[in-house]
Amino acid sequence: MPRFLRYLVPLLLFVLLAALLYRGLSLDPKLVPSPLIDKAMPAFTLPRLQDAAATLSDSDLRGKVSILNVWATWCVSCRAEHATLLELARTGKVNIYGLNYKDNRANARRWLAQLGNPYIANAFDEDGRVGINWGVYGAPETFIMDKQGIVRHKHVGPLTREIIATEILPLVARLDSGS
Amino acid sequence: MIKLLSMLLAACLLAGAATVQATVTLESFTFDTPQQEDHFKNLIAELRCLVCQNQSLLDSDAELAHDLRAEVYEMMQKGNSDEQVVEFLVARYGDFVLYNPPFKPSTWLIWIGPFIVLLVALFLLWRSLRRQQHMPQHEISEAERKRLEQALRDNNRENSRS
Repeated sequence: MPRFLRYLVPLLLFVLLAALLYRGLSLDPKLVPSPLIDKAMPAFTLPRLQDAAATLSDSDLRGKVSILNVWATWCVSCRAEHATLLELARTGKVNIYGLNYKDNRANARRWLAQLGNPYIANAFDEDGRVGINWGVYGAPETFIMDKQGIVRHKHVGPLTREIIATEILPLVARLDSGS
Repeated sequence: MIKLLSMLLAACLLAGAATVQATVTLESFTFDTPQQEDHFKNLIAELRCLVCQNQSLLDSDAELAHDLRAEVYEMMQKGNSDEQVVEFLVARYGDFVLYNPPFKPSTWLIWIGPFIVLLVALFLLWRSLRRQQHMPQHEISEAERKRLEQALRDNNRENSRS
C-alpha cells in the first residue's frame, strides 16, 4: 500500500463517521416520519364538534385539497398555532378541517367562540381512537390531503407563518394544479 | 458494627426492590391466565412509546401509552396474533414503534454492517500475518558468520575482565 494511502484511509473513515454522527445530531428525534404519507387517508366517521347530531367523515374531505388539523384545548402549542390557522383560513386557498382530539366538547366550543374558528368543520374524537388510526402522537399535528384523499404531507408541532409560506401553501398550490 | 452493616445492606436491598416495583400501574386489565398477562407484558415491552421515546409501552405513563395499551389489550382479547398487533401499530406509527428493527433494505446496513467490519478486520489481520511469514530470512555469509563469532568472543572477554 502506498504510504500516503496508509494515512488517507483512516482520515477518510473519520470524516465519514463524523459526517454521519453530525447528521444524526441535527435530526429531531421527536419527528417520527409518518407511514401514512402517499397512502389513502384513514377512514373515519365522527360526530361534529358543533353539531353532535351530524357527522364528519373522510369522504367530506375528498374531492378537494384539504387540511386536517389535530388540536385540543389542553394543548398549549395549539393555542400558539391558532392565529396562524386563522390567517391561513382567511387566504381562502385551502379547506381546513379540524380533529378535536381527546377534548371536552364545551371547552372546545368555547375556545372556537373566543379565539375564532378557522375550520370548515370539526370532528370530535373524544376517546382518541381516530387519532390512533391517523398515527397522532401529540397535538398539534397537521395533515395535507390531495383531491383524491391521499395524504401528501404531515407536519408535527405548531404551524408558523414561515412554515405556511414555505411549505404548506406551495404544496397546496402544487396539489391544486394537479388533476 | 456488623449489626449496622447488615442494616445498611437491608436498606439497600429494600431500595432496590422499591425501584423495581416503581413502574407504571397498568390499567386494571383482566386476564384469564397469568400466562396471558405475561404474554401481554412481553409484547408491549417490545413496543416503543412515541411520546417519551426511551420508554416502552409497558413503562410509559404518557396518555398515548395508556390508549395504545388499551388498544393492544383489546386486539389481543379479540384473538389477534402478536404479528397483527405489531402490524396495526407499524401501519400507523411506522417502524419507529419497534424496539427490534425489521430486516429490510433500509436497515440492511445496520444489521450486516458489523459483520462486514469484522470480515474486513479479519482480512487485514490475515494479510499482515501472511506478510510477516513471508519476510525474507536473512542468510549470512561465511565471512559474516566469522565476524559475528569474533565479535561475540571479544565481547565475552571484555565482560570477564571487568
